[in-house]
Amino acid sequence: MFRKRPDSAAPTVPVSVEGRDIRVPAGASAAAAMLLAGFAAIRETGVTGTPRGPYCLVGVCFDCFAEINGIPNRQSCMVRVAPGMAIRRQHGRRAVEVNDA
Amino acid sequence: MQRFDAIVIGGGLVGSAIAYGLARAGLRPALIDEGDVAFRASRGNFGLVWVQSKGLGAPHYQRWTRLSSEEWPALAAELAERTGISVGHERPGGVHLCLSEAEFAERQARMEQMRQEAGNFGFEYRMLGADELRGMLPGLGPAVVGASWTRYDGHANSLYLLHALHKGFVARGGTYIPNRTVDYAAAQPNDFRLGSGAAEISAPKIVLAAGLGNAKLAPLFGLSAPVRPQRGQILVTERAGRMFEMPTTTVRQTIEGGIMIGDSMEDVGFDTSQRPDVMAAMAERAVKSFPWLAELQVVRAWAALRVMPPDGTPIYDESEKFAGAFTANCHSGVTLAGAHANAFAPMVAAGALAPDMVPFSAKRFDVPQAA
Repeated sequence: MFRKRPDSAAPTVPVSVEGRDIRVPAGASAAAAMLLAGFAAIRETGVTGTPRGPYCLVGVCFDCFAEINGIPNRQSCMVRVAPGMAIRRQHGRRAVEVNDA
Repeated sequence: MQRFDAIVIGGGLVGSAIAYGLARAGLRPALIDEGDVAFRASRGNFGLVWVQSKGLGAPHYQRWTRLSSEEWPALAAELAERTGISVGHERPGGVHLCLSEAEFAERQARMEQMRQEAGNFGFEYRMLGADELRGMLPGLGPAVVGASWTRYDGHANSLYLLHALHKGFVARGGTYIPNRTVDYAAAQPNDFRLGSGAAEISAPKIVLAAGLGNAKLAPLFGLSAPVRPQRGQILVTERAGRMFEMPTTTVRQTIEGGIMIGDSMEDVGFDTSQRPDVMAAMAERAVKSFPWLAELQVVRAWAALRVMPPDGTPIYDESEKFAGAFTANCHSGVTLAGAHANAFAPMVAAGALAPDMVPFSAKRFDVPQAA
């Protein structure tokens, strides 16, 4: 669905999307990396489980939640890719680890 | 001039619940609402249906709050059936956490005083030690000494409640008049006329439920409502899997999964701005209570103004000068929704407040000055 702009000659960085290694333009957002990897719906909502994908891409709509380097519910459109970044889909509400003292 | 059976001024939770109750009682009420430009405590509140700490030294207030908490399940079920809106009400009991021995002792004294003041009406509470509490709440921090618990407490989604009351009001034949303020008012016994823009409406009954606006409106109707704003701030985290089986006074998980932190009472006038130092103090206490909260991201935060009578206890009154005029003032529009819809509105419909409402009158503030 999404293609890189033809004039895009930026250097690329390697990231992993859902465990698959791809190269994306330096400076791109993690949301863009997921779109380039072919995902439209990247998360399911926490209340109804509805599939959703990045929409506004400017940090407003909260529909681009993803797990980035192990941290859930990141607004992936607001996170710039870095070499080796691991990006995964967000499935519903996040889990919380509780260590009872 | 449009005539109604009753006019309710104020479309927040207090006015909507009363207006809904009036429409259900068979009246044809009008509900005048300033709209979302209003201070609108109903949009900013924490969503507790809270009983355990209400009415110290004012047992009539404790009884009123309890009554509301007991009416809540029926109101929630009725709204769901009538409007299709589930307001997310749960009544699993609730706790107030104590983070030091001093806080625990103070809380215990307060709860015991509440029990004694309740008399034959009863007030069941327990003080829980940290060990017992650990089995009820997730990942308590070492700072938690214990808590008070009652079975009367619960919570709900206050935005859905406001929506459901509005929808239910209209479905029962009420007339909703949004985006209006009262430009002028003329009061005679059982004959009230209001002007708002080009429109004029009249009714033999009127209920003032305009929150902080009541302070200025009440004298026009021979009433007094000396309410002042008290700011509260709230933080909400990202949505997480279900962690809490019950709410606490200052930390609760919504039915959608977000965790709300609300722990401020500030006397700053009509100022709805947010203060980082207050937000930080709230977060710090929440993390002391539940250290795992530190992992969660805060996604929204806001401030809103409580509608606070001078002694913190609600004011309900009827006008002696102009029969048919009533006023309702409180900072607990969610908690008291059950009482407002199911007990207060029927009194207004019947034309007089019940005798046991007398202690709520603003006359309690008319203390003669010492010579």
